[in-house]
Amino acid sequence: MISLSDVTYHYPRSDSPALSNLSLEIPAGQFCAVIGANGSGKSTLCSALAGFVPHFYRGKLTGSVEVAGIDTAGSSLAELAGTVGLVFANPFNQITGARFTVREEVAFGLENLGVPLAEMEPRIDEVLAFVRLTDLADQSPYALSGGQQQRLAIASVLVMRPKILVLDEPTSQLDPIGSKEVFAVLRDLAATDEATVVLAEQKLEWVATFADRVLGLHKGKLVADGPPAEVLSSLTLTKYGLEPTRYTQAARAAQAAGWRTDETTLPVTLEQAVEFFR
Amino acid sequence: MKLSIEDIAFTYPGGVEALRGVSINIRSGEAVAIVGENGAGKTTLVKHINGLLKPARGRVVVGDWDTGEHSVARMAARVGFVFQNPDDQIVERTVGDEVAFGPRQLGQSAPMALANATAALEMVELAAESGTHPYDLTAPQRKLVTLASVLAMHTPIVIFDEPTMGQDAHGVALIGNIIESLKADRRTVIIITHDIDFCAAHFERVIAMADGCVLADGPATRVLARADLLATTNVEPPQLVRLAQAIGLPAFPLTVEGFVTALLEHHSKDK
Repeated sequence: MISLSDVTYHYPRSDSPALSNLSLEIPAGQFCAVIGANGSGKSTLCSALAGFVPHFYRGKLTGSVEVAGIDTAGSSLAELAGTVGLVFANPFNQITGARFTVREEVAFGLENLGVPLAEMEPRIDEVLAFVRLTDLADQSPYALSGGQQQRLAIASVLVMRPKILVLDEPTSQLDPIGSKEVFAVLRDLAATDEATVVLAEQKLEWVATFADRVLGLHKGKLVADGPPAEVLSSLTLTKYGLEPTRYTQAARAAQAAGWRTDETTLPVTLEQAVEFFR
Repeated sequence: MKLSIEDIAFTYPGGVEALRGVSINIRSGEAVAIVGENGAGKTTLVKHINGLLKPARGRVVVGDWDTGEHSVARMAARVGFVFQNPDDQIVERTVGDEVAFGPRQLGQSAPMALANATAALEMVELAAESGTHPYDLTAPQRKLVTLASVLAMHTPIVIFDEPTMGQDAHGVALIGNIIESLKADRRTVIIITHDIDFCAAHFERVIAMADGCVLADGPATRVLARADLLATTNVEPPQLVRLAQAIGLPAFPLTVEGFVTALLEHHSKDK
C-alpha cells in the first residue's frame, strides 16, 4: 500500500514544482498506471515512491510519502530497497556494469538482500524464462540488444519480489507482444501476490486493457483518477497532451459520421470496440 | 539515392549470429519501416547501411558506393543515422554545437553549418535550447536533438532507430510531421520501430524481421495485415486492422478515416 499526503517537490535550482500537492492512496493488490505528457511528473512520482526523490536527487520535498508503512524521507535507499523495486526508463541506468553475465546481473539484487544460494537459482531461472532471456543467460549484458537489456532490467527487479513495484516506462524498447506480456504479468503480480504496482506509461492500449486504475498527471498535478474506461475515453485527455487509443478515436469519428449504437460509453480497448461496432 | 543490400551475414564477436543472409533493395525516395522482435537483427542491419558494421558475407551498396570501400565518415555524407539511445551519439557541450557538428564534419563553413543547425532545431521545436547543455535536457528531448543533427546534414538517406521511443503524443506527432516532410522532399527514410500504429500512419513499405532474416517485405497494407506471420516475430497488426478483423470488416484500414469509410460502406451494403 502506498500513501501520499500533500506531496510537493522541487528539483534543486527549480522554481516550479515537479509534483504539486499530490494526495492519494494505492491499496495493496492494485495495478495503477500513471499517464501524462513528458514533463508532467510521471518519472518524478516514480522516483519519489522509491525514495530517489529526495535521497538521490536532493531538492525540497514537503508532505509525506509512505510505502508499505515506511516513510520514505525518514529511511535510507538501502532500507527501502527490500520493499520497493524501481525499474528505470533507460536500462543502461539499471544494469550494474559490475557483472559479467545476464544471470549474474539478475543475481545481484538477491545477493544484496542475502537470499540463500539454493533459493536464488530457481528464482533466477523462473524470471529469465519469463523475460525470454534463458538462451542468453551466459552472455554479457552489453552484448544484448536494447530491448533485451530492458527485459534484463525488468527481470533484475522482478526477481526480488518487492511488495511495491514501480516501473518508469519499462516497455519503451520492447517489441509489441513483449510489451503486452509485461503488462499481463504486472496485472497478475498485483492480483495474486498482493503487490502494489505503479507503472508510468505511454502505451495507452495496454494501460486500458490491463490496469485497474489510471492516474493522469499534468504539470505535476493530479488531473484524473479513475478506471481506465472512464479516464481514457474522456475528452480532456488531449488537453493534457495525450492521444486516446485508435479505438476511442474511431468510435468518435464513426459517431460524427452517423454511426448509431446502443453502447453509451466510448471504447478504450479492442474488446470494448468490438462491442461498440457490433 | 538507391540502396542495395545483397545477401549479407554478420556475427558478433560473442558468437551471436545477428544476420543470416539478408537482401533488400530500396529505391530512391522510399519510406520503409523495419519491425520485429527484440534481437531480430534490425539495428545490426541498419548499422550496415552507414558502414558502421561491415558484412562478413555479401555487400551493401549506397548509390554507387560499396560500404566496404568507404569510411564511416565518408558514408555520413549519404546516410544520416539516429541511434536508438541518444547518449550513444552526443559529443558537444551545447545543443547548437551538437547539431552543427555533423554539417561541419561534412566540410560546411561555420555560417552554413549554423544556418542548417538552426533550421533543424526549429523542426524539432528546440531552437530555444540552442545554448543549453544536451545533458540538461530530458532524454526524449536529447533524442530530438540527435534527430535534428541528422536533419541538418541533408543526407539523401536518413535512418531513425526507434524515433518515437519515450516521446509523448506531441513528440510522436512532431516526428510524424518530420517524416512526412522528408518524404515530400523525396529523401529515403528508413526507420526501425515497435510502434506499429505509427508505422501504419506513415510508411508504405514494411519489412518484418525475425532471427536475422527477412520474414516479409511488401506494402504496409499487406504485411501489417498478416497477424499470424507477425506473431512469430512478436508483432501485432495495428489497432484499427485488429478491430476491422475482429468485426469482420473486409478492409485493412491504416487510418481512422479509412476505418470509418470502410465501416459505413460495409454497413450500407448489409441493408
